[in-house]
Amino acid sequence: MSGEMTIAFKLNRRSVKIKADGERMLLWVLRDDLGLTGTKYGCGESQCGACTVVINGEAVRSCRVPLKSVAGKEVLTIEGLARGKALHPLQKALIRHGAIQCGFCTPGMILNAYSLLNRKPVPGPAEIREGMEGNLCRCGCYGRILEAIASAAEEMKTGRTR
Amino acid sequence: MSETRQDAEVNLFSAPAEALGRRDFLKWLGPGLYVFFSTEEGLLLGQEARGGGRGYPEDFNAYLRIAEDGQVTCYTGKVELGQGIIASLAQMLAEELPVPFEAIRMVFGDTRLCPWDGGTNGSRSIKYFGPALRAAGAEAREVLRQLAAETLKAAPEKVQLEKGTASVSGDPQKKIGFGLLTRGKTIERHLPKKPPLKPAGAFQVCGRSLPRRDLEEKATGAARFAGDVRLPGMLYGRVLRPPAHGARLKNLDTSRVSEVPGALLVREGDFVGVVHPKPDLADKAMERIRAEFDLPELRWDAQSIHEHLLAAGPRENVLESRGDLARGQALAVEHFDEIYRTPYVAHAPMETHTALAQVGPEEATLWIGTQRPFGAQEEIARLLNLPADKVHVITPYVGGGFGGKSSIGQAIQAARLSRAVGKPVQVAWTREEEFYYDTFMPAAVVRIRSGLDRDRRIVYWNYEVFYAGDRSSQNFYNVPHLRTAARGGWSGGGSGPHPFGTGAWRGPGSNTNIFARESHIDTMAARAGMDPLEFRLRNLTDPRMIRVLRAAADRFGWKPARTPSRRGHGVVCLDYLGTYVAAMAEIEMPSGGGPIRVRRVVHAQDMGPVINPEGARMQIEGGIIMGLGYCLTEEIRFQGGRIDDLSFSRYEIPRFSWTPKIETVLVDNPEIPPSGGGEPPNVGMGGLIGNALFDAAGVRLTRFPFTAARIREKLA
Ligand code: FES
Ligand code: FES
Repeated sequence: MSGEMTIAFKLNRRSVKIKADGERMLLWVLRDDLGLTGTKYGCGESQCGACTVVINGEAVRSCRVPLKSVAGKEVLTIEGLARGKALHPLQKALIRHGAIQCGFCTPGMILNAYSLLNRKPVPGPAEIREGMEGNLCRCGCYGRILEAIASAAEEMKTGRTR
Repeated sequence: MSETRQDAEVNLFSAPAEALGRRDFLKWLGPGLYVFFSTEEGLLLGQEARGGGRGYPEDFNAYLRIAEDGQVTCYTGKVELGQGIIASLAQMLAEELPVPFEAIRMVFGDTRLCPWDGGTNGSRSIKYFGPALRAAGAEAREVLRQLAAETLKAAPEKVQLEKGTASVSGDPQKKIGFGLLTRGKTIERHLPKKPPLKPAGAFQVCGRSLPRRDLEEKATGAARFAGDVRLPGMLYGRVLRPPAHGARLKNLDTSRVSEVPGALLVREGDFVGVVHPKPDLADKAMERIRAEFDLPELRWDAQSIHEHLLAAGPRENVLESRGDLARGQALAVEHFDEIYRTPYVAHAPMETHTALAQVGPEEATLWIGTQRPFGAQEEIARLLNLPADKVHVITPYVGGGFGGKSSIGQAIQAARLSRAVGKPVQVAWTREEEFYYDTFMPAAVVRIRSGLDRDRRIVYWNYEVFYAGDRSSQNFYNVPHLRTAARGGWSGGGSGPHPFGTGAWRGPGSNTNIFARESHIDTMAARAGMDPLEFRLRNLTDPRMIRVLRAAADRFGWKPARTPSRRGHGVVCLDYLGTYVAAMAEIEMPSGGGPIRVRRVVHAQDMGPVINPEGARMQIEGGIIMGLGYCLTEEIRFQGGRIDDLSFSRYEIPRFSWTPKIETVLVDNPEIPPSGGGEPPNVGMGGLIGNALFDAAGVRLTRFPFTAARIREKLA
């Protein structure tokens, strides 16, 4: 198709350059061209949050983000959250709280929470709930996800990890 | 473009690609100890499996392997949908076979590696598969004891087995690991006589909240679902979808597909698809196809369907009958006659139906997100005209199923496209397709006629259910004169009176039957002027049911009151395939009518010995949330075969803000074998919330979801 261009951005702290149609949605470029399948498709229309990635610190729905718009930006996907074997406090908290069932919504949940905690390091329960409202989990892990996020926030605040 | 595909990981869940006969298969697995076993359900269906010539001379439902390095692998045709059998089945095995829980690896749903299984549904993995698994573990343990006695030159009674090692008591120098014991030997053994299983009271591994091994992979994005499998040269496919079920293709213009370079058109009669190396560009190519369809008459809709179902009612199947209804009616001083209606409800798993098919002239391999790998194998074999053993189905992690992933339309599409283009093709349904092709919980109708005597005891009960099926329709209250009959089941699959496919939905039939019965019981309690809990207890003698009710009431702090008490408290009790549940809820209803907020749910469950309490709680909480969906919002709108709700913006499922405080009480019961727990938590939700709504507002809705509009209409 027309519109092939070379787009450079940072992906999980590494520089990448990709030649592709800039109108293609980031979700598909991540999942197929770049092989990062942790970012999931759930609806393709900004209604479920399964495809959430973090761009310049903000959670966005990669199913609606054209590739060209990430030029020069920093993209974080679930694959880039842990440092080596050390999981991020959010990842550890979701595991510890049993806030994962089928796990399909999990990467999007974690990255949305990550950006929430970026904005508001110690959110109250209502703020967490509100901040997560757009992410759907059909397995119904909501209560545990809320607890896990609160506990991760606490852990990050006291700086026990990072 | 960077190339970061990891082809080496493609066979993550699979055996080598060559077809393996059973003998070769044992060779390929290497030396080890094999124990074969079968389950009740397998025995029932054994004939079918053998008839399929599946390579297993008998219908073994699962088996385990102890490899040379001591690792234990348990192969099961069950699949991990998120329900956590990855831990609970391993625990059941480790209970009998003294190896560390951590040393057990589970392999799910691979038709070449795993023995046949009927599918993962009906909360049956623990109840039916578990005992067989434990029996196998026990048998393996006794064989190992003999082997150790020979190798260590000791009497078998002196051999102690612990943590994967055999040792001789009183002689600590003499010990050997299980893997070494079996080195160089392939011992294949059926179970002629099973050693006794540990009684629940002696459980050491079961009953503990041991961790699930899949959670870390799922939290890091490493877990592979069907859509994450990559093969060299694979393409992505999309198949033309008609605007309504039953529509016929009339005109087709595919001339613009070529505007998308790399797109390939596939046409086999009415089957029209495109494939492309990029998934999103396959979509673009599909968008360029223009098609016209002949629509069938679109007759029924969500309002009129129940009338149609009643009219179409097939033959009656009497499920239970005792006493004499006419006599019961004569004894009654109060009579009740109500009709309950339930809608079509979608499964809406977060992972849409996805499959990757690699079809060759003589064999095929498919990675499918399915609850029924062996059923899929047969369906695909029929489609491709191949022997079943030439079709290899691999089941990666499944992103939620709830019954909906028993159907495999996406795999059929992928297989047809792959056959046509000679390359591997992945089909991942769009959310729209997921709604359109879903096999919904069937719309159903229940009519209950009943009566109370002067003592406020139920004296007759005449129960008729149309199209929900018989599950949970039987009455556990004491009723002397009773009749229960079902017309039509819950599986429609497009035939029958439904305008589209229907099927199992997390506790098939029970969501409807329990809603009807427990709503009706509540109505009777209200007319009798009794507290709904007291009314239930007055009409019950089953001690297990009484116990769960009391357990729920204790935790909830239930205070007796006549309904409607305006407090918004509701109660429900149920028996789902042997698991007993009592639940209580507190809801809030803004004055003037909905939307309802559910504040608190207390859920008491007696499922026999609990294998993994934390896992059970996770399932209970999830089921309650899922059940809230059909209580409050979920209902498919349609016109004939045209589905009108095709997105999450129109079909609203539960969200974070809905989450009530959930308290679970696991009622300890070592008296019965472990029972299932994945479905009992949601099947009572309609009754529970409906009853709480009546208590809050004095309106009885005989149909879910209890939307604000319906509540207002009733209040008016
Ligand atoms: S896939 Fe992007 S929001 Fe659902
Ligand atoms: S864990 Fe299954 S959708 Fe959230």
